[in-house]
Amino acid sequence: MTDTRTQEFLEYVQAGGQVEATDWMPDEYRSKLVKFIEMHGNSELMGVLPERDWILRAPTLQRKLALTAKIQDEVGHAQLIYRVVEDLGKPRSACLDDLVSGKAKFHNVFHYPTRTWGDVGIIAWLVDAAAIVSQKALLKCSYAPYARIMKKICWEESFHILHGRDVILAMVTGTPDQFELVQEALDRWWEPLMHFHGNPIPADEDPMYVWRIKSQANEEARQQFLDGYVPQVRELGLEIPDPALRKNEGTGQWLYTEPDWEKLRAVVTGHGPASEERLAFRRLSRADVAWVEQAVLAEAA
Amino acid sequence: MTHVYEVFRQERKGQPLQHAGSVTAPDERFAEIYAREQYGRRQESVALWLVPREAVSEVAGFPDEFEMKYRRVDGYSIKARLREARERAGTLQMAPGAGDE
Repeated sequence: MTDTRTQEFLEYVQAGGQVEATDWMPDEYRSKLVKFIEMHGNSELMGVLPERDWILRAPTLQRKLALTAKIQDEVGHAQLIYRVVEDLGKPRSACLDDLVSGKAKFHNVFHYPTRTWGDVGIIAWLVDAAAIVSQKALLKCSYAPYARIMKKICWEESFHILHGRDVILAMVTGTPDQFELVQEALDRWWEPLMHFHGNPIPADEDPMYVWRIKSQANEEARQQFLDGYVPQVRELGLEIPDPALRKNEGTGQWLYTEPDWEKLRAVVTGHGPASEERLAFRRLSRADVAWVEQAVLAEAA
Repeated sequence: MTHVYEVFRQERKGQPLQHAGSVTAPDERFAEIYAREQYGRRQESVALWLVPREAVSEVAGFPDEFEMKYRRVDGYSIKARLREARERAGTLQMAPGAGDE
Protein backbone atom coordinates (compact mmCIF):
# COMPACT_ATOMS: atom_id res chain seq x y z
CA MET A 1 0.00 0.00 0.00
CA THR A 2 1.09 3.56 -0.53
CA ASP A 3 2.44 5.61 2.35
CA THR A 4 0.83 8.77 3.65
CA ARG A 5 3.17 11.12 1.84
CA THR A 6 2.51 9.43 -1.49
CA GLN A 7 -1.22 9.43 -0.81
CA GLU A 8 -1.13 13.17 -0.09
CA PHE A 9 0.85 13.77 -3.26
CA LEU A 10 -1.68 11.76 -5.26
CA GLU A 11 -4.57 13.77 -3.81
CA TYR A 12 -2.68 16.98 -4.54
CA VAL A 13 -2.19 16.21 -8.24
CA GLN A 14 -5.70 14.81 -8.59
CA ALA A 15 -7.06 18.10 -7.25
CA GLY A 16 -5.21 19.90 -10.07
CA GLY A 17 -1.98 20.63 -8.18
CA GLN A 18 1.22 21.04 -10.18
CA VAL A 19 4.71 19.84 -9.35
CA GLU A 20 8.09 21.44 -10.07
CA ALA A 21 11.38 19.68 -10.78
CA THR A 22 12.78 20.51 -7.34
CA ASP A 23 9.68 19.35 -5.41
CA TRP A 24 9.55 15.99 -3.67
CA MET A 25 7.76 13.35 -5.70
CA PRO A 26 7.10 9.62 -5.28
CA ASP A 27 9.49 7.36 -7.22
CA GLU A 28 6.60 5.83 -9.10
CA TYR A 29 5.46 9.26 -10.30
CA ARG A 30 8.98 10.10 -11.40
CA SER A 31 9.40 6.85 -13.32
CA LYS A 32 5.99 7.23 -14.98
CA LEU A 33 6.89 10.78 -15.99
CA VAL A 34 10.20 9.67 -17.47
CA LYS A 35 8.54 6.88 -19.42
CA PHE A 36 5.79 9.10 -20.80
CA ILE A 37 7.86 12.18 -21.58
CA GLU A 38 10.74 10.16 -23.01
CA MET A 39 8.35 8.44 -25.41
CA HIS A 40 7.08 11.85 -26.47
CA GLY A 41 10.66 13.02 -27.10
CA ASN A 42 11.44 9.85 -29.05
CA SER A 43 8.33 10.37 -31.15
CA GLU A 44 9.30 13.94 -32.05
CA LEU A 45 12.74 12.76 -33.08
CA MET A 46 11.56 9.68 -35.01
CA GLY A 47 8.68 11.68 -36.44
CA VAL A 48 10.97 13.68 -38.67
CA LEU A 49 12.21 10.62 -40.56
CA PRO A 50 9.02 9.95 -42.55
CA GLU A 51 9.01 13.59 -43.63
CA ARG A 52 12.72 13.80 -44.21
CA ASP A 53 12.28 11.32 -47.07
CA TRP A 54 10.38 14.02 -48.96
CA ILE A 55 12.58 17.07 -48.52
CA LEU A 56 14.45 16.33 -51.73
CA ARG A 57 11.27 15.38 -53.57
CA ALA A 58 9.02 18.26 -52.46
CA PRO A 59 7.10 19.58 -55.50
CA THR A 60 8.07 23.26 -55.14
CA LEU A 61 10.74 25.32 -53.43
CA GLN A 62 8.14 26.85 -51.11
CA ARG A 63 6.96 23.38 -50.02
CA LYS A 64 10.55 22.29 -49.52
CA LEU A 65 11.24 25.26 -47.24
CA ALA A 66 8.04 24.76 -45.24
CA LEU A 67 8.72 21.05 -44.81
CA THR A 68 12.27 21.78 -43.68
CA ALA A 69 10.98 24.33 -41.16
CA LYS A 70 8.48 21.80 -39.80
CA ILE A 71 11.21 19.20 -39.44
CA GLN A 72 13.42 21.71 -37.65
CA ASP A 73 10.52 22.41 -35.26
CA GLU A 74 10.03 18.72 -34.50
CA VAL A 75 13.71 18.17 -33.74
CA GLY A 76 13.55 21.27 -31.52
CA HIS A 77 10.59 19.73 -29.67
CA ALA A 78 12.64 16.58 -29.09
CA GLN A 79 15.43 18.70 -27.61
CA LEU A 80 13.04 20.58 -25.30
CA ILE A 81 11.39 17.38 -24.18
CA TYR A 82 14.64 15.48 -23.55
CA ARG A 83 15.74 18.48 -21.45
CA VAL A 84 12.69 17.89 -19.21
CA VAL A 85 13.55 14.18 -18.98
CA GLU A 86 17.15 15.06 -18.04
CA ASP A 87 15.95 17.16 -15.11
CA LEU A 88 13.98 14.11 -13.95
CA GLY A 89 17.20 12.13 -13.84
CA LYS A 90 17.65 10.40 -17.19
CA PRO A 91 20.37 11.88 -19.44
CA ARG A 92 19.63 12.49 -23.09
CA SER A 93 22.36 10.10 -24.18
CA ALA A 94 20.65 7.33 -22.20
CA CYS A 95 17.32 8.16 -23.89
CA LEU A 96 18.99 7.93 -27.31
CA ASP A 97 20.72 4.66 -26.36
CA ASP A 98 17.38 3.14 -25.36
CA LEU A 99 15.73 4.48 -28.48
CA VAL A 100 18.21 3.03 -30.97
CA SER A 101 18.46 -0.28 -29.12
CA GLY A 102 14.70 -0.67 -29.46
CA LYS A 103 14.16 -0.68 -25.68
CA ALA A 104 12.18 2.57 -25.63
CA LYS A 105 9.06 3.20 -27.65
CA PHE A 106 7.89 5.89 -30.03
CA HIS A 107 4.46 6.68 -31.40
CA ASN A 108 2.75 4.21 -33.74
CA VAL A 109 2.33 6.64 -36.64
CA PHE A 110 6.09 6.93 -37.11
CA HIS A 111 6.45 3.21 -37.81
CA TYR A 112 4.85 3.57 -41.25
CA PRO A 113 6.42 4.42 -44.61
CA THR A 114 5.68 7.64 -46.51
CA ARG A 115 5.02 6.44 -50.02
CA THR A 116 3.76 9.59 -51.75
CA TRP A 117 3.54 13.36 -51.37
CA GLY A 118 -0.06 12.69 -50.31
CA ASP A 119 1.34 11.03 -47.18
CA VAL A 120 3.27 14.19 -46.36
CA GLY A 121 0.04 16.19 -46.49
CA ILE A 122 -1.91 13.65 -44.42
CA ILE A 123 0.86 13.50 -41.80
CA ALA A 124 1.22 17.26 -41.46
CA TRP A 125 -2.53 17.78 -41.36
CA LEU A 126 -4.10 14.81 -39.60
CA VAL A 127 -1.27 13.20 -37.66
CA ASP A 128 -0.33 16.60 -36.29
CA ALA A 129 -3.99 17.32 -35.58
CA ALA A 130 -4.26 14.09 -33.58
CA ALA A 131 -1.04 15.02 -31.79
CA ILE A 132 -2.22 18.52 -30.93
CA VAL A 133 -5.34 17.08 -29.26
CA SER A 134 -3.05 15.15 -26.90
CA GLN A 135 -0.61 18.00 -26.50
CA LYS A 136 -3.29 20.57 -25.66
CA ALA A 137 -4.47 18.23 -22.91
CA LEU A 138 -0.87 18.12 -21.66
CA LEU A 139 -0.98 21.87 -21.00
CA LYS A 140 -2.74 20.74 -17.81
CA CYS A 141 -0.15 18.08 -16.95
CA SER A 142 0.59 17.80 -13.22
CA TYR A 143 4.31 18.14 -13.98
CA ALA A 144 4.66 21.86 -14.58
CA PRO A 145 7.98 22.01 -16.51
CA TYR A 146 6.48 19.67 -19.12
CA ALA A 147 3.20 21.59 -19.24
CA ARG A 148 5.11 24.85 -19.82
CA ILE A 149 7.08 23.68 -22.85
CA MET A 150 3.86 22.32 -24.31
CA LYS A 151 2.76 25.91 -24.90
CA LYS A 152 5.58 26.47 -27.36
CA ILE A 153 5.07 23.07 -28.94
CA CYS A 154 1.34 23.62 -29.52
CA TRP A 155 2.06 27.04 -30.98
CA GLU A 156 4.40 25.53 -33.58
CA GLU A 157 2.15 22.56 -34.28
CA SER A 158 -0.65 24.87 -35.36
CA PHE A 159 1.56 26.06 -38.22
CA HIS A 160 2.19 22.42 -39.19
CA ILE A 161 -1.51 21.64 -39.37
CA LEU A 162 -2.17 24.64 -41.59
CA HIS A 163 0.78 23.75 -43.80
CA GLY A 164 -0.58 20.19 -44.12
CA ARG A 165 -4.08 21.37 -44.85
CA ASP A 166 -2.71 23.68 -47.53
CA VAL A 167 -0.82 20.76 -49.13
CA ILE A 168 -4.03 18.69 -49.13
CA LEU A 169 -6.16 21.55 -50.49
CA ALA A 170 -3.71 22.10 -53.35
CA MET A 171 -4.05 18.46 -54.34
CA VAL A 172 -7.80 18.01 -53.92
CA THR A 173 -8.33 21.05 -56.15
CA GLY A 174 -5.83 19.71 -58.70
CA THR A 175 -6.07 16.90 -61.23
CA PRO A 176 -8.06 13.69 -60.61
CA ASP A 177 -4.73 11.91 -60.14
CA GLN A 178 -3.73 14.34 -57.41
CA PHE A 179 -7.08 13.88 -55.68
CA GLU A 180 -6.63 10.11 -55.89
CA LEU A 181 -3.16 10.44 -54.34
CA VAL A 182 -4.69 12.06 -51.26
CA GLN A 183 -7.52 9.52 -51.05
CA GLU A 184 -5.07 6.64 -51.32
CA ALA A 185 -2.88 8.13 -48.57
CA LEU A 186 -5.91 8.65 -46.34
CA ASP A 187 -6.94 5.02 -46.89
CA ARG A 188 -3.58 3.86 -45.57
CA TRP A 189 -3.34 6.39 -42.72
CA TRP A 190 -6.82 6.00 -41.24
CA GLU A 191 -6.03 2.90 -39.20
CA PRO A 192 -2.86 4.37 -37.64
CA LEU A 193 -4.84 7.56 -36.90
CA MET A 194 -7.53 5.58 -35.09
CA HIS A 195 -4.79 3.79 -33.14
CA PHE A 196 -3.04 7.05 -32.28
CA HIS A 197 -4.77 7.90 -28.99
CA GLY A 198 -4.49 4.35 -27.68
CA ASN A 199 -6.99 1.73 -26.59
CA PRO A 200 -10.15 2.96 -24.84
CA ILE A 201 -8.93 2.13 -21.33
CA PRO A 202 -11.08 3.90 -18.72
CA ALA A 203 -9.29 6.97 -17.33
CA ASP A 204 -9.26 5.64 -13.77
CA GLU A 205 -7.41 2.51 -14.86
CA ASP A 206 -4.81 4.48 -16.81
CA PRO A 207 -1.84 5.16 -14.50
CA MET A 208 -0.88 8.19 -16.61
CA TYR A 209 -4.29 9.68 -15.84
CA VAL A 210 -4.27 8.59 -12.20
CA TRP A 211 -1.10 10.67 -11.67
CA ARG A 212 -2.59 13.41 -13.87
CA ILE A 213 0.28 13.23 -16.31
CA LYS A 214 -2.49 13.01 -18.88
CA SER A 215 -5.59 15.04 -18.21
CA GLN A 216 -8.03 13.02 -20.27
CA ALA A 217 -8.89 9.46 -21.24
CA ASN A 218 -7.69 7.99 -24.54
CA GLU A 219 -11.20 7.73 -25.92
CA GLU A 220 -11.97 11.33 -25.00
CA ALA A 221 -8.97 12.43 -27.08
CA ARG A 222 -10.04 10.27 -30.03
CA GLN A 223 -13.58 11.66 -29.86
CA GLN A 224 -12.19 15.20 -29.90
CA PHE A 225 -10.08 14.39 -32.92
CA LEU A 226 -13.00 12.82 -34.80
CA ASP A 227 -15.29 15.67 -33.90
CA GLY A 228 -12.84 18.26 -35.13
CA TYR A 229 -11.53 16.57 -38.26
CA VAL A 230 -14.02 14.09 -39.76
CA PRO A 231 -16.18 16.98 -41.03
CA GLN A 232 -13.08 18.75 -42.39
CA VAL A 233 -12.03 15.60 -44.29
CA ARG A 234 -15.49 14.88 -45.63
CA GLU A 235 -16.18 18.40 -46.84
CA LEU A 236 -13.32 17.96 -49.33
CA GLY A 237 -15.10 14.99 -50.91
CA LEU A 238 -12.63 12.52 -49.41
CA GLU A 239 -13.94 9.21 -48.16
CA ILE A 240 -12.91 7.85 -44.78
CA PRO A 241 -12.37 4.10 -45.15
CA ASP A 242 -14.69 3.05 -42.32
CA PRO A 243 -18.33 2.41 -43.30
CA ALA A 244 -19.33 2.33 -39.63
CA LEU A 245 -18.00 5.83 -38.88
CA ARG A 246 -20.82 8.16 -37.90
CA LYS A 247 -21.81 10.48 -35.10
CA ASN A 248 -24.57 9.47 -32.78
CA GLU A 249 -26.36 12.81 -32.62
CA GLY A 250 -28.19 11.73 -29.46
CA THR A 251 -25.06 11.13 -27.39
CA GLY A 252 -22.63 13.27 -29.41
CA GLN A 253 -20.29 10.27 -29.57
CA TRP A 254 -18.59 9.03 -32.73
CA LEU A 255 -19.14 5.39 -33.57
CA TYR A 256 -16.54 3.49 -35.58
CA THR A 257 -15.24 0.04 -36.38
CA GLU A 258 -13.18 -1.18 -33.44
CA PRO A 259 -9.50 -0.86 -34.38
CA ASP A 260 -7.22 -3.89 -34.01
CA TRP A 261 -5.50 -3.10 -30.69
CA GLU A 262 -3.20 -6.11 -30.95
CA LYS A 263 -1.85 -4.62 -34.14
CA LEU A 264 -1.17 -1.32 -32.36
CA ARG A 265 0.75 -3.18 -29.66
CA ALA A 266 2.81 -4.98 -32.29
CA VAL A 267 3.56 -1.74 -34.16
CA VAL A 268 4.76 0.23 -31.13
CA THR A 269 6.94 -2.63 -29.95
CA GLY A 270 8.93 -2.38 -33.14
CA HIS A 271 6.99 -4.60 -35.53
CA GLY A 272 5.56 -1.90 -37.77
CA PRO A 273 6.18 -1.84 -41.52
CA ALA A 274 9.00 0.72 -41.24
CA SER A 275 10.17 0.22 -37.61
CA GLU A 276 13.41 -1.57 -38.41
CA GLU A 277 14.39 0.76 -41.24
CA ARG A 278 13.75 3.87 -39.13
CA LEU A 279 15.71 2.60 -36.17
CA ALA A 280 18.56 1.55 -38.43
CA PHE A 281 18.62 5.05 -39.90
CA ARG A 282 18.60 6.65 -36.46
CA ARG A 283 21.51 4.43 -35.37
CA LEU A 284 23.43 5.38 -38.49
CA SER A 285 22.82 9.12 -38.15
CA ARG A 286 23.69 9.03 -34.46
CA ALA A 287 27.05 7.48 -35.27
CA ASP A 288 27.50 9.88 -38.18
CA VAL A 289 27.10 13.04 -36.10
CA ALA A 290 28.88 11.86 -32.93
CA TRP A 291 31.91 13.91 -33.98
CA VAL A 292 29.85 17.13 -33.76
CA GLU A 293 29.19 16.65 -30.06
CA GLN A 294 32.85 15.81 -29.49
CA ALA A 295 33.99 18.87 -31.44
CA VAL A 296 31.63 21.19 -29.56
CA LEU A 297 32.77 19.89 -26.19
CA ALA A 298 36.42 20.07 -27.20
CA GLU A 299 36.02 23.60 -28.58
CA ALA A 300 34.44 24.78 -25.33
CA ALA A 301 36.93 23.02 -23.07
CA MET B 1 31.21 18.98 -19.67
CA THR B 2 27.90 20.75 -20.24
CA HIS B 3 25.92 23.12 -18.05
CA VAL B 4 22.25 23.87 -17.78
CA TYR B 5 21.24 27.43 -18.64
CA GLU B 6 17.80 28.63 -17.64
CA VAL B 7 16.17 30.68 -20.39
CA PHE B 8 13.90 33.64 -19.71
CA ARG B 9 12.15 35.27 -22.62
CA GLN B 10 10.42 38.58 -23.19
CA GLU B 11 7.63 38.43 -25.71
CA ARG B 12 7.20 42.15 -26.27
CA LYS B 13 8.93 45.30 -25.09
CA GLY B 14 7.67 46.32 -21.67
CA GLN B 15 6.57 42.83 -20.68
CA PRO B 16 8.23 40.79 -17.93
CA LEU B 17 10.90 38.24 -18.78
CA GLN B 18 9.34 34.89 -18.07
CA HIS B 19 10.96 31.55 -17.57
CA ALA B 20 10.64 29.59 -20.81
CA GLY B 21 12.75 26.48 -20.29
CA SER B 22 16.39 25.54 -20.33
CA VAL B 23 19.18 24.48 -22.66
CA THR B 24 22.31 22.46 -22.04
CA ALA B 25 25.51 23.85 -23.46
CA PRO B 26 29.23 23.61 -22.82
CA ASP B 27 29.55 27.39 -22.43
CA GLU B 28 27.75 30.70 -22.82
CA ARG B 29 28.46 31.06 -26.53
CA PHE B 30 26.81 27.76 -27.33
CA ALA B 31 24.02 28.48 -24.84
CA GLU B 32 23.28 31.66 -26.79
CA ILE B 33 23.19 29.82 -30.12
CA TYR B 34 20.88 27.11 -28.75
CA ALA B 35 18.61 29.57 -26.96
CA ARG B 36 18.26 31.74 -30.08
CA GLU B 37 17.36 28.63 -32.03
CA GLN B 38 14.84 27.34 -29.48
CA TYR B 39 13.23 30.53 -28.28
CA GLY B 40 13.75 33.20 -30.87
CA ARG B 41 13.95 31.93 -34.39
CA ARG B 42 10.35 32.91 -35.25
CA GLN B 43 10.55 36.38 -33.71
CA GLU B 44 8.55 35.10 -30.73
CA SER B 45 10.90 36.93 -28.34
CA VAL B 46 12.44 40.40 -28.22
CA ALA B 47 14.98 39.50 -25.53
CA LEU B 48 16.34 36.44 -23.75
CA TRP B 49 18.14 36.10 -20.42
CA LEU B 50 20.43 33.14 -19.98
CA VAL B 51 21.23 32.22 -16.40
CA PRO B 52 23.48 29.34 -15.38
CA ARG B 53 21.34 27.09 -13.20
CA GLU B 54 23.95 27.19 -10.39
CA ALA B 55 23.40 30.96 -10.18
CA VAL B 56 19.72 30.61 -9.31
CA SER B 57 18.89 30.56 -5.63
CA GLU B 58 15.37 29.51 -4.96
CA VAL B 59 13.39 30.99 -2.13
CA ALA B 60 10.13 29.27 -1.24
CA GLY B 61 7.68 28.87 1.61
CA PHE B 62 5.76 31.94 2.76
CA PRO B 63 3.67 31.02 5.78
CA ASP B 64 1.01 33.40 7.05
CA GLU B 65 0.62 32.07 10.60
CA PHE B 66 -1.22 35.12 11.85
CA GLU B 67 -3.50 35.45 8.83
CA MET B 68 -2.69 39.12 8.50
CA LYS B 69 -5.62 39.90 6.28
CA TYR B 70 -5.59 43.58 7.17
CA ARG B 71 -2.77 43.90 4.65
CA ARG B 72 -4.87 42.57 1.81
CA VAL B 73 -7.90 43.60 -0.17
CA ASP B 74 -9.81 40.50 0.97
CA GLY B 75 -9.33 41.66 4.56
CA TYR B 76 -11.98 44.36 4.09
CA SER B 77 -15.69 43.84 3.64
CA ILE B 78 -17.29 47.26 3.41
CA LYS B 79 -20.64 46.41 1.87
CA ALA B 80 -22.78 46.67 5.02
CA ARG B 81 -21.01 49.78 6.32
CA LEU B 82 -21.23 51.53 2.99
CA ARG B 83 -24.93 50.88 2.85
CA GLU B 84 -25.37 52.29 6.33
CA ALA B 85 -23.35 55.37 5.45
CA ARG B 86 -25.43 55.95 2.32
CA GLU B 87 -28.64 55.56 4.30
CA ARG B 88 -27.48 58.16 6.79
CA ALA B 89 -26.49 60.51 4.02
CA GLY B 90 -29.71 59.87 2.17
CA THR B 91 -27.81 58.93 -1.03
CA LEU B 92 -28.85 55.28 -1.25
CA GLN B 93 -30.92 55.91 -4.39
CA MET B 94 -27.99 57.59 -6.14
CA ALA B 95 -25.59 54.69 -5.46
CA PRO B 96 -24.41 52.67 -8.48
CA GLY B 97 -26.60 49.61 -8.96
CA ALA B 98 -29.28 50.96 -6.61
CA GLY B 99 -32.03 50.07 -9.06
CA ASP B 100 -30.93 46.44 -9.30
CA GLU B 101 -32.22 45.35 -5.89
